Amino acid sequence: MAVNSSTINSNTIKDYRSNSLWRLTLRRIMRQRSAIIGMVILAFLLFVAIFADLLAPYDPYQVLIGVEDVDKRQAPCIYLLGCPKDQPQHIMGTDGNVRDQFSRIIFGTRISLFVGFSTVGVAIIIGTLLGAIAGYAGGWLDNLIMRFLDVLLAFPSLLLAITIVSVLGKGLQNALLAIAIVSIPSYARVVRASVLSVKETAYVSASKALGGNHAHILFGRILPNAIAPLIVRGTLGIGTAILDAAALSFIGLGAQPPMAEWGTMLGTERNQLFTAPHLVFYPGIAIMLTVLSFNLLGDGLRDAIDPRLRSAE
Amino acid sequence: MIQYTIRRLLLAIPVILGILIVTFALSRMIPGEPCKAMLGEKATAQVCELFTKQYGLDKPIPVQFGIFMGKMLQGDFGESIRFSRPVTLILVERLPTTIELGSFALLIACVIGIPAGILSALKRNSPLDVAVMVISNIGVSMPVYWLGLMLAYTFALVFKDTFLWLPPTGRLTAGITSIPFYAAWHLPVVSGTLGQGILQFFSNFIIFNSIITGDWKVLIDSIRHLILPAMALGTIPMAIIARMTRSSMLEVLKQDYVRTARAKGLQKNMVILKHALRNAMLPIVTIIGLEVGVLFAGALLTETIFGLSGVGRILYEAITARDYPIIQAFTVVIATGYVFINLLVDLSYVFIDPRIRLE
Repeated sequence: MAVNSSTINSNTIKDYRSNSLWRLTLRRIMRQRSAIIGMVILAFLLFVAIFADLLAPYDPYQVLIGVEDVDKRQAPCIYLLGCPKDQPQHIMGTDGNVRDQFSRIIFGTRISLFVGFSTVGVAIIIGTLLGAIAGYAGGWLDNLIMRFLDVLLAFPSLLLAITIVSVLGKGLQNALLAIAIVSIPSYARVVRASVLSVKETAYVSASKALGGNHAHILFGRILPNAIAPLIVRGTLGIGTAILDAAALSFIGLGAQPPMAEWGTMLGTERNQLFTAPHLVFYPGIAIMLTVLSFNLLGDGLRDAIDPRLRSAE
Repeated sequence: MIQYTIRRLLLAIPVILGILIVTFALSRMIPGEPCKAMLGEKATAQVCELFTKQYGLDKPIPVQFGIFMGKMLQGDFGESIRFSRPVTLILVERLPTTIELGSFALLIACVIGIPAGILSALKRNSPLDVAVMVISNIGVSMPVYWLGLMLAYTFALVFKDTFLWLPPTGRLTAGITSIPFYAAWHLPVVSGTLGQGILQFFSNFIIFNSIITGDWKVLIDSIRHLILPAMALGTIPMAIIARMTRSSMLEVLKQDYVRTARAKGLQKNMVILKHALRNAMLPIVTIIGLEVGVLFAGALLTETIFGLSGVGRILYEAITARDYPIIQAFTVVIATGYVFINLLVDLSYVFIDPRIRLE
């Protein structure tokens, strides 16, 4: 009899584990076509970013004058497509400073992914703090914080980012800071909404009654509820952040040449559109692919883990 | 309704005040001496002193803010450092082009986006639906300026010497000029007055101006110049509107009243357009209002690429020249416009859905 009950017990535990929240969520995500496509593209981009040194045929900053027999803004030369073998192979051509465009695109992946993760990371941390304080404290503090964020939301985000960078001075670092600042309100709102929805529930009251301090209740009991919508919004936000950062670089406010950043590459060569279209074409494709991967993944995650948000977008 | 409008207008005041505070604070956060930031490093101490006095920068911050606000509310945005002209005049000249471009882009976005979304929802999971969703996913992921450059390349170079050719730069072809309607009608206008400013503002809407003066050559030329930038600018809103329409329609088509309408024998198209679409319109209109902000920011990039002399392009030039009065004024004008457009969106709910009572 004793043996029997222990078998049942271990079985139940096993069942419980296989149906854990994370596993269930993962299974639901794997059922979303868009999430899978997004993950595949993103995995590819991460691979490219990590192994950029091995994948790039040239140093992205090396000027090839005197090293090889190439001209500036030379059209792509691919051996497989019939480019004569006596010419050096540059599958995306060379840029205005005679650097290998393909290598620059590869190294650009690193910068773009870094831009996306860092800005959204900072925005989520600050947004979560502000939203949590506003929702939990309520009253005048809530009003003060939320009204301030409302004002930030009253500006079109890219325009506010442009204004901030034009004040702080141009450069990638300031551009990242500006993008992080303008995306704080949306995260703060998500967190505040989650906090408000569970603040009065029984388990929070129980935690209070047991003598839990504010920090414990807020971070241990209330905030875990905000994780799902934050992940969804954060993933979609990375796409927007990369797009905005590239736009800032394009108009000369973000990353500065010679940095191999896609927006900067596009911006410096945009006047060569009719003579060297490959210099404009490839960076744009790279930006689009990266943003697309985050958008697809975000959409898939939203449908899988937070169906409530589906109609809100 | 009137009461609600007034209340909403009053509620917009703190937001606009906030916009002014943020803009003012940003302009005072410029690192280093404002004089050197604006006039350049070579400015001498004497020049700087004069400059500081002239712009009231020697007064306490609250007083400075009071002066700044008073001037803004009177429509006096100061003088551009780069162009040495009142910013208000520049706005009168440039704003119409941006509004025309934005409206045209939004028109393209709605005319294509809404029907695409409806079809997509009606034929859910069909190849058509998949195609619309794939295209719209790609559409929202594209950089506006890149799409603009690609369109310029395709229509100005690849289609050169065909009937599909479209001009890649400028507002009008060189040699074609738009004659302001007040000049065409020989109205007695005194230049330099407020009245002339207002008339000039409206005459700078070239499409509108050429229609009322009946100048068809200018009309066609100006529309041809707007097609490419508007297509570039309209693509992201189009994709977002299509997605919103699809999900909103899917929601509504499930409702009982749609089934009832079909069951009582109404034509399918009638049910879709009158019963379903009207109820699905609310979130679509909301997203259109929010997209206006994206359009303003996108106009900056599109105008730069297509050489249109609108607000966006001059803002771009002002940024590179650190011309703060322009940056400040345009930020305030655009943000205020954005607030009012979203107020209009809120008010439009009543017309779309009579069940909504705005109290």
